[in-house]
Amino acid sequence: MSTAVSWLRRNLFSSWASGVATLAILYLAWALLLPFLDWAFVKAIWWAQDSKACRDLQGAGACWAFIAEKHRFIIFGTYPYEQHWRPGVASALLIALWCVSALRAFWRWWLSLVWVAGLALIATLMWGGVLGLTYVENERWGGLILTLLLATFGCAFAFPLAILLALGRRSQLPAVRAVCVGYIELVRGVPLISLLFMASVMLPLFLPEGLTIDKLLRAQIALILFAAAYLAEVIRGGLQAVSHHQYQAAEALGLGYWKRTLFVILPQALRFAIPPLVNTFIGLFKDTSLVVIIGLFDLLTSLKVSLQEPAWTGFGVEAYLFAAAVYFLFCWAMSLYSQGLERDLARGGAPRLLRET
Amino acid sequence: MRRGLILQAALVAALAAVVGFLAWNTAQNLESRRIASGFAFLWREAGFEIGERTLFAYSAADSYLRALAVGLANTFRVAAIGIVLATVLGTLLGLARLAPNWLLAKLASAYVEVMRNVPLLVQLFFWYAIISEVLPGPRDALNPLPGVFLSNRGIAFPLPGSTPELSGFNFTGGASLSPEFAALLVGLVTYTAAFIAEIVRAGILSVPRGQFEAAESLGLGRRDAMRQVILPQALRMIVPPLTSQFLNLTKNSSLAVAIGYPDLVSIANTTMNQTGQAIEGIAIIMAVYLTISLSISAFMNWYNRSVALKGLHR
Repeated sequence: MSTAVSWLRRNLFSSWASGVATLAILYLAWALLLPFLDWAFVKAIWWAQDSKACRDLQGAGACWAFIAEKHRFIIFGTYPYEQHWRPGVASALLIALWCVSALRAFWRWWLSLVWVAGLALIATLMWGGVLGLTYVENERWGGLILTLLLATFGCAFAFPLAILLALGRRSQLPAVRAVCVGYIELVRGVPLISLLFMASVMLPLFLPEGLTIDKLLRAQIALILFAAAYLAEVIRGGLQAVSHHQYQAAEALGLGYWKRTLFVILPQALRFAIPPLVNTFIGLFKDTSLVVIIGLFDLLTSLKVSLQEPAWTGFGVEAYLFAAAVYFLFCWAMSLYSQGLERDLARGGAPRLLRET
Repeated sequence: MRRGLILQAALVAALAAVVGFLAWNTAQNLESRRIASGFAFLWREAGFEIGERTLFAYSAADSYLRALAVGLANTFRVAAIGIVLATVLGTLLGLARLAPNWLLAKLASAYVEVMRNVPLLVQLFFWYAIISEVLPGPRDALNPLPGVFLSNRGIAFPLPGSTPELSGFNFTGGASLSPEFAALLVGLVTYTAAFIAEIVRAGILSVPRGQFEAAESLGLGRRDAMRQVILPQALRMIVPPLTSQFLNLTKNSSLAVAIGYPDLVSIANTTMNQTGQAIEGIAIIMAVYLTISLSISAFMNWYNRSVALKGLHR
């Protein structure tokens, strides 16, 4: 009892100001949080045949029945209904790929081969057209699956490009350096939405007549080009963290530029850069939501389309809270991982990392 | 050395070839689709109304150039107000995370976690839905402070000498923020403040513990120690990342297009749809944002030099 009281005194009522802050927060919780919980859980409708029950509440409770009714559409978009197992398996594969890459035991060169094989398998599942799977054109891909696909393929393709850009930015050759610096600064200086507009309206003009790329791939290209510039800056930070002696030692061994970079510098630089890399991946995952503006069918678009159905208009707050919760779960998991890793790397430090390899 | 030269020549040649190929295709495509090129369209009549104007008078009979200027002014308005408010809120949150009060610190860190892990666009849609679906009409407007009215028509608040009053279906007098502007501003401020809070916290934590102890042993109270010893040193760590948050806020204001606030990007988008001149429209957007980015970083570099330790880099 006395420990609890002393904890309260120390942490909540250590001074007049602190006590006032505590009371103010408790009052706010009572005034705002309780009504919210009442709305979101107690009075909420979780399941309903149609929207009438929700309308009868007149906003006193949340209408989660909207999400329940539309869950297939929200997750799979307009993908053919009877084929939903395919994007389901594909997204399970995606998440498995992420989890495998998160384990340090798998940070080996063959992880990139696992990724190539995994992505190829996912693309086969989604497109079909072989092995008895019916062909599904990308216009019909959508929902949460599309968000996951855009983010994963975006990272996977941006990563090698970013390594080249980062190396180019530190190159001794002035022309290479100028091209890389120009690219990185240009892309980082403009909003993503301008690149997406570029992909949706300008890219078709760039291509020779007769050749067209569909909207999804164009947006994916824009996301890759965008992410590459940001990832490149993070990798450059990693490259700068590698001690100068490592460069000199590699040179003393008579290794040429590529051998030195591939076998000595990059493996160390990438390990230094992993926590900020994960943060950049979180950013890219959040940024994929912007494709709603150019009309791609991601998680947010499928929610917006569901809201346009006359029976379900006016439940925007529920829809966006749900979207926020989905994004939050994915991003929070990644950020917890990155924080844990950062602590781990800080404790073990670079020398232990080097011993491992 | 020789190999380096050849590599660079090859890179430049390849780039030139790609750019040339794309330019040639574009010229062909523009010709076959009969799309005009060049910036002559800027002086033609725009023909669309803009709901919100800052600084400029504008009507549908004005030119595209004027419409774009109105859009740019709207971008500046939301970015400038947003930067000020986000800095204030972010600093308070950053200090709250370090506060001795357990409840306050936990609340601030929960805020930061939630805001940083939800896309800004979702937050903007959410705020817009709150204003348009949850808030009552002007007749039953919420009145949290005297003279301040929240309704689905936006926020009305008093100015010195005039207070908003209900007349007909909306408020007159005082000043008001449209629902779009209010949603965009609230979204940008609450989102960016979470990032600024982390920067402020990291900046304060970067000041060595000895400095706190030295300030204490000089007999300075917590507030004085913060103001005169800790913050001036923390500022050096805070300013560079803060710059990029200001830039991010300005770039993120382009999401206005999704909720219908007429910023530069959404006016340029309308212009592109009407004239078909996509290349010019996107070039204008990119040129404007690049200029803003470069000038904000130039200004912040100058400021950064002025708070840096004097005499170390002579």
